[in-house]
Amino acid sequence: MAEAQTKMQVSDEVAIRISNMNKWYGTFHVLRDINMTVNRGERIVICGPSGSGKSTLIRCINRLEEHQQGDIVVDGTELTSDLKNIDKVRSEVGMVFQHFNLFPHLTILENCTLAPIWVRKIPKREAEEIAMHFLTKVKIPEQANKYPGQLSGGQQQRVAIARSLCMKPRIMLFDEPTSALDPEMIKEVLDTMIALAEDGMTMICVTHEMGFAQAVANRVIFMDQGQIVEQNEPKEFFNNPKSDRTKLFLSQILGH
Amino acid sequence: MAMASEAPKDGFRLSMLIYDTRFRSFTIQVIVLILVLLGIAWLVDNTIQNLAAKDKDINFGFLWNRAGYDIEQQLIPYTNDSTHGRAAIIGLLNTLVVAFWGCIFATILGVFAGVLRLSKNWLVGRLMTVYVEAFRNVPLLLWIIVVFVVTSETAPQPKDFKVTAEMIQTGTEPAAQKVLFNTIAITNRGWNIPGPLFERPLGTLHLGSVPVNLSLLAVLVVVIASFLSNRAVLRHAKRVQEDTGFRPTTWWKSLLILIVPVVALLVALGFHLDVPAFPADANGVSKGFNFQGGILVQHSFTALLIALSLYTGAFIAEAVRGGVMAISRGQTEAAYALGLRPGRTMNLIILPQALRVIIPPLISQYLNLTKNTSLGIAVSYLDLRGTLGGITLNQTGRELECMLLMMLIYLTISLIISSLMNLFNSAVKLKER
Amino acid sequence: MSDTHAETAFVRTEMLAPALPPVTERGAIKWLRENLFAGWLNTALTLASLLVVVMLLAKILPWWLNGVWNATSLGECRTIAGPEGGACWAVIKARWHQYIFGFYPQDAYWRPILAFALLFVALAPVLYYGLRSGAKLIGVVGVLTVISLALLDHDIVHVIVIAGLMAGLFAISWVAPKRLVYVTILYPFLAFWLLWGGSIWKPVATMLGFGIMVLVYRLVQPRLGVVMATAIGFVAACIYWLFVQGLVTNALAGLPPSLLPVNSDQFGGFLLAFVIGVTAIICSLPIGILLALGRRSDMLLIKTLSVGFIEFIRGVPLITMLFTASLLLQYFLPPQTNFDLILRVVILVTLFAAAYIAEVIRGGLAALPRGQYEAADALGLDYWQAQRLIVMPQALKISIPGIVSTFIGLFKDTTLVSFVGLLDPLRGVTQIVRADINWKGIYWEPYIFVGVIFFLICFSMSRYSMYLEQKLKTDHR
Repeated sequence: MAEAQTKMQVSDEVAIRISNMNKWYGTFHVLRDINMTVNRGERIVICGPSGSGKSTLIRCINRLEEHQQGDIVVDGTELTSDLKNIDKVRSEVGMVFQHFNLFPHLTILENCTLAPIWVRKIPKREAEEIAMHFLTKVKIPEQANKYPGQLSGGQQQRVAIARSLCMKPRIMLFDEPTSALDPEMIKEVLDTMIALAEDGMTMICVTHEMGFAQAVANRVIFMDQGQIVEQNEPKEFFNNPKSDRTKLFLSQILGH
Repeated sequence: MAMASEAPKDGFRLSMLIYDTRFRSFTIQVIVLILVLLGIAWLVDNTIQNLAAKDKDINFGFLWNRAGYDIEQQLIPYTNDSTHGRAAIIGLLNTLVVAFWGCIFATILGVFAGVLRLSKNWLVGRLMTVYVEAFRNVPLLLWIIVVFVVTSETAPQPKDFKVTAEMIQTGTEPAAQKVLFNTIAITNRGWNIPGPLFERPLGTLHLGSVPVNLSLLAVLVVVIASFLSNRAVLRHAKRVQEDTGFRPTTWWKSLLILIVPVVALLVALGFHLDVPAFPADANGVSKGFNFQGGILVQHSFTALLIALSLYTGAFIAEAVRGGVMAISRGQTEAAYALGLRPGRTMNLIILPQALRVIIPPLISQYLNLTKNTSLGIAVSYLDLRGTLGGITLNQTGRELECMLLMMLIYLTISLIISSLMNLFNSAVKLKER
Repeated sequence: MSDTHAETAFVRTEMLAPALPPVTERGAIKWLRENLFAGWLNTALTLASLLVVVMLLAKILPWWLNGVWNATSLGECRTIAGPEGGACWAVIKARWHQYIFGFYPQDAYWRPILAFALLFVALAPVLYYGLRSGAKLIGVVGVLTVISLALLDHDIVHVIVIAGLMAGLFAISWVAPKRLVYVTILYPFLAFWLLWGGSIWKPVATMLGFGIMVLVYRLVQPRLGVVMATAIGFVAACIYWLFVQGLVTNALAGLPPSLLPVNSDQFGGFLLAFVIGVTAIICSLPIGILLALGRRSDMLLIKTLSVGFIEFIRGVPLITMLFTASLLLQYFLPPQTNFDLILRVVILVTLFAAAYIAEVIRGGLAALPRGQYEAADALGLDYWQAQRLIVMPQALKISIPGIVSTFIGLFKDTTLVSFVGLLDPLRGVTQIVRADINWKGIYWEPYIFVGVIFFLICFSMSRYSMYLEQKLKTDHR
């Protein structure tokens, strides 16, 4: 891994900046005064108990959820209610969901070429070449003409990753990508994600896979009750947690 | 820090009307509103111009004018001297009465056919499939017309039922016989069916111009009261079961409560069925030209009722079958594995779940049946459409008012039925996350 | 203790060969026992059903088999059939053309037949876009068309020309199936011209309106987006239709080619049912989709309008809509507009069906998981792209059974147009036949004839939808 770490360079360029961001569901304060900056090439793992707002946070980054206060600037584009900005951000940011959300009526290849063709306006042949390239990268080129329903969960999630990559995103968001998977399938998805990290992709990943965090993350963020409680380098975070809340959480998930 | 384009926070630009999510929906709605209003204004303007050209106005005063036409089937008194408004009410009642009986018969038929279609018996299942498919795939209008034509054109004249002196001597039967244990006579004029008669009636009460038969009202009250007391008995049994673990036998109590009071009241009132018959002399020779006693039901009513019940019954059968099949086999197996007996399994596990699936389509079939009563036009049944939307419309020439009123009444009926369905749906909705 | 131990220890020395089940548990006996005579209730049911079947057959079969095919009146039929009675199919033989075509001129029967055949050609790209399977359909339809024309049309030139046309279309569908889309686009105008006749320039001028709509859309769309472009295009086309088209049509009216004009009151029978049914089915689907989307919209006004429209239409019987078409529509349109009764009926039947379709599709939309919308958003698709590429393909697939049963209901309901004076096959034509002095008093035969045709069409539609459902399901699993 040491060799891999050296490959994963972090630049000074800011990819995402969130400042003083607040969000409510009705009167429920889900995200409270979030401040964070992600530099290009950073791999960030967000963890925390369920209901702590971590999914909501990354869904705000491509505006699947609307924030009510504060600023989010993604890749130099501020997320406001302007549709053009939203479209721009969404085509720059890829997202992988917990339940894959592949389109069941399209083949794997069509799933991957759909957005490049209709959003990026890339010629079909070219889009298919790109799709096959990324399907090869996630190691399932042979499944290209099957339908999502014919694939295993792990394969589906790798297709979902490939589908996002086909848009050539500069940032990837992962929303608990492995929590809906059987244990033996988790590894194949994590391997894909590690490979992606080694290529220098900016990643924000909500996950409970602490092994993954230790292997590739250069920062771990712990959230609770809608707030960022602690963030640190993985080594420091796991070996020497500062906050009591973090200690309790870590003891619960690493305890057995 | 490469903050390329910090978008300006303030300042309103025109393009924001389209590209800003806060204004976009507002813009679209305003445009739609303008278009809709323009469209309505156009229609209203046209209507006003057209009415002016024909020298007409919009006026519902005609409802209080004399109707001047007869309606054969009337649930409340009506003569051709009554008003158009009253004719419309007669029509509405005729619509409702055919819809009411149609729903009852269609439900019986549909449940029966649906359950039989699920039976393991191959022959019965096939027969019911033929029934369901035949009625679902052929227009309702055809069934109405066929039933009407066949019953009215093939039925004998009333005189064919007469017993003459010669017949008694030679021992021959009259040309036509009454059906169903000699109680119903189908003639070319209509169906003579037995009517309820009370020897010691309670009289009638006049509510405005609507007479109410107190005897029938008393029977209705007693029936409702017995149902309520039966429910009390069942509730009591449930409480006992919850307290002690044993359920007291209730079936004979229920039977007693449901039957005895009604029978007692009927006996007290001197209830009997008035079977239609020819008046006869001591030898049994018939006199007169037509049946006496009982109720003469028009062919238009029976044809509409039979066709609607058969047609809707086929759809209800499908709903019932779908509902029962929607309950997975696992439910039955789980109940058996817990030691429930088949009867209890049906009552406690299968039916409550199946009903949840069956009732919504069932009610929408009731809605369809009610709307389909308007096909009575094919057999000149004077329902709401036949009176208000038919003769009244033609006589007064007030198309706009009559159609508007008729649509509103139909709409009200439909909305009442569908709000009942919504109530039911929200009551039985499975509690899920 | 010791002997129980002896029983638990057991070694099989010889393996058992599989044996046949007992006689009562196999073959026909097992089937009979399980399916007809399981328990006394089942046996009773079986016997009762058998009794019913036998009684019905005893009554119907002789009547059916003793049918008379050649006679000129009901009286003659009865004489031929003799005392035991028999069906009088002669009435069908004498009047079938009215049941199919109404009073459409006999010399022009080739026109509706060709229009019907071209319907399948136009449908081929929709059903099998870019596939050669469409050619099979077109081939079969072409052969059937030529055969029926050869039987019905006395002009051999028609038969040859149409045979050539169908062969040409078959060739196109084989060589370049995608090109058939043009037939689909032109079909509505072509069918209108074939059926109603008159100058070809009237449908062409109408088509021009759609051309204007597309043109305006193309010009405006890059600047103002899909919704605005559609609206502006629609308004432009409306302006053209209302103010310009009349001039164009009049200017070109005298020019050839033109066909013998056929009035709407000459339409009748199944031709009328098909014209109304097919047009309403095709037009109601897009309107229904829009209404369903409107009902699920976040925008209060659009949602309210959609709900109001849908609930109003679903709350009133179709008959009132038809009376609206025949009595009221003239009040709502500009004075002196006088357009065709069939067209008016088609418009209202379309609106009626659209409300039902909308409810069916709404069910399909509700069944789609939220994740599908989110994934489409996350990929950057806009609203209409997401609807067209992701949501609708799936929602429509889920709704196929409901859509088809709405279509079946719609097709059956075309019989109601007889109440506004159109000549539907069931009531309109049969009334005319039964009013004929020769056939007075006949009832079973015409109704059976019409009923069987309706049954065949509706039943095959519902079976096709089941087949489609199965096929689409297996595709993905």
